[in-house]
Amino acid sequence: MTKQDEKKITALIVDDEDLARLVLRELIETHPELEVVAECANGFEAVKAVTGHKPDLIFLDVQMPKLSGFDVLELIGTETPVIFVTAYDQYAMRAFEVHAVDYLLKPIGRERFEAALERAKSRLGEKLPPPPELAAAARAPKQFLERIVVRDGTRVTLIPVGKLDYAEAQDDYVALASEGKKHLKQQTIASLEACLDPDRFVRVHRSYLVNFERVARIEPYGKDSRLAILGDGTRLPVSKAGFARLKILLDQRA
Amino acid sequence: MHPLLTPINRFGLYLLAWVPLAGILIYLMAVPGRLGWLDATVLILPLCIIYQFVCLSAWYSCKAAPIQKSTGQRLWLTHVLAAAILSFLWILLAKLLAYGLSQLPAFQELDRRFASQLSVLFGAGFLLYLLSVASHYVILTIEDSNKAEARVQETSILARDAELKALKAQVNPHFLFNSLNSISALTSVDARRAREMCILLAEFLRMTLGLGEKASVPLSEELSLLHRYLAIERVRFGARLHIEEDLQEVSKSIQLPPLLLQPLVENAVTHGIANLTDGGTVRLSGQSYNGRVLLAIENSFDPESGPLRKGGLGLKNVRERLEARFGKAANMRVSAEAGKFRVELSFPVDPDEVKS
Repeated sequence: MTKQDEKKITALIVDDEDLARLVLRELIETHPELEVVAECANGFEAVKAVTGHKPDLIFLDVQMPKLSGFDVLELIGTETPVIFVTAYDQYAMRAFEVHAVDYLLKPIGRERFEAALERAKSRLGEKLPPPPELAAAARAPKQFLERIVVRDGTRVTLIPVGKLDYAEAQDDYVALASEGKKHLKQQTIASLEACLDPDRFVRVHRSYLVNFERVARIEPYGKDSRLAILGDGTRLPVSKAGFARLKILLDQRA
Repeated sequence: MHPLLTPINRFGLYLLAWVPLAGILIYLMAVPGRLGWLDATVLILPLCIIYQFVCLSAWYSCKAAPIQKSTGQRLWLTHVLAAAILSFLWILLAKLLAYGLSQLPAFQELDRRFASQLSVLFGAGFLLYLLSVASHYVILTIEDSNKAEARVQETSILARDAELKALKAQVNPHFLFNSLNSISALTSVDARRAREMCILLAEFLRMTLGLGEKASVPLSEELSLLHRYLAIERVRFGARLHIEEDLQEVSKSIQLPPLLLQPLVENAVTHGIANLTDGGTVRLSGQSYNGRVLLAIENSFDPESGPLRKGGLGLKNVRERLEARFGKAANMRVSAEAGKFRVELSFPVDPDEVKS
């Protein structure tokens, strides 16, 4: 006997509409083995509640202010099974690509709800790969990130890509430099690069991705290598290949 | 119908163009041809009057041999031959006229004195006919391009009408699904409100379908549609959606294209309020001045929620419909400042008075 059987399955409801949360709560409450531990009206609350309550299952709306359901998933990881709930059917593909358990369309029918719940129960305790790579894979080609979501404990920061100066690889993390601050995010620099518009962000070095707008000048530095000097004086190493990529972009803009 | 005969003022212009030509011919006969002014005028004037009609016939040969479709050789052959035959007939007529005139005592021996000028007259007739051919080709080309332009314009108007009709009749399906979800939630907690919402939704749909058929509606009708739309969204968004209205100054009977304001209000809710965690205000206001109306829809928005949809499809559609109805007299301004997105429409109260 595992712990799951003795204890109730805890569920989290995330939706920005009161009535939509009400429907879900009603449906969930017909199952005595389930327990709603919290209701959240936006993505920020959701991230906080996931950390605080560690629910077994999340019912997650897609269209929410500031942080969408996909943003929330990117921040909390795929360890907790997620059932997306939305009135829009165009996100279904993307939802399954980020390993959502199921995708419920509003208004939610009881039979459909039961089926989703069954699927979720069978997935409890399964381990899934970490989300950032998945999120990148799920993004439609030619569609680049407008903002980056970063989570620090329960605090969530949104960095519009225009305000990102550069990113630096640090093992499994990237340090995102924006407005004089550095934010750590669990993601590889390669997957971040894949999410950003290559006409705006250049990989100048194995460990550095720079916002092209911020580059003030390039200076030679030793043999075969250079330094990129940013508007605020930051100096970043530029590899040979990185310099070639910079040159291509410069020629395009000239 | 011959393009130079209708309208009448165009024919007048054609006749006027012949005055200097006749003058030149008279001069040629009178001075270098030594006929004398009176003789030349009496002889040439009737000949020119007849020949100007003859030259109009060039239109038929031009139509028969369109310049784009005929070979150069065939064109030349047709028109040179026609010019030769017609000017030959013309000088025969001239000879006859000169002979007739010479029977009168005042114009004795006119035919003999005129005989040496026949070759000059033949040359003139030949050239005049070719000139007429050239002018007719010019007219035909202009007419063709005008017709083509008119056709292009007509098709684009038809296409836009169809497009507008399709857009007008559209109800956002997500609005529908979300509303149904709200109703489904209300059924168990507040059956009375659920029924109210059903009725609101039904009324909204019926009005949307009905309004799409009309060319224009009074503001009062558009407003009652908007009130229903906002009442439904208020159930969904609850306290997050504030609505303000300040339209006392504007007459509710002014006419405007149906569903012109609805997409703007829907944008205000779905792109404005829905992106704000703490909600915001949608404000409808209006002013009247100098026979014009200014309607403004304003909403709070989140500047961080991606790029602003200043040039969105919905706004473009509204702008086009406004222009289709009021022409240049209409004005639409979109601004996004200090967390407020604002669309202003201004147009004349009575479009027929201003429309030119």
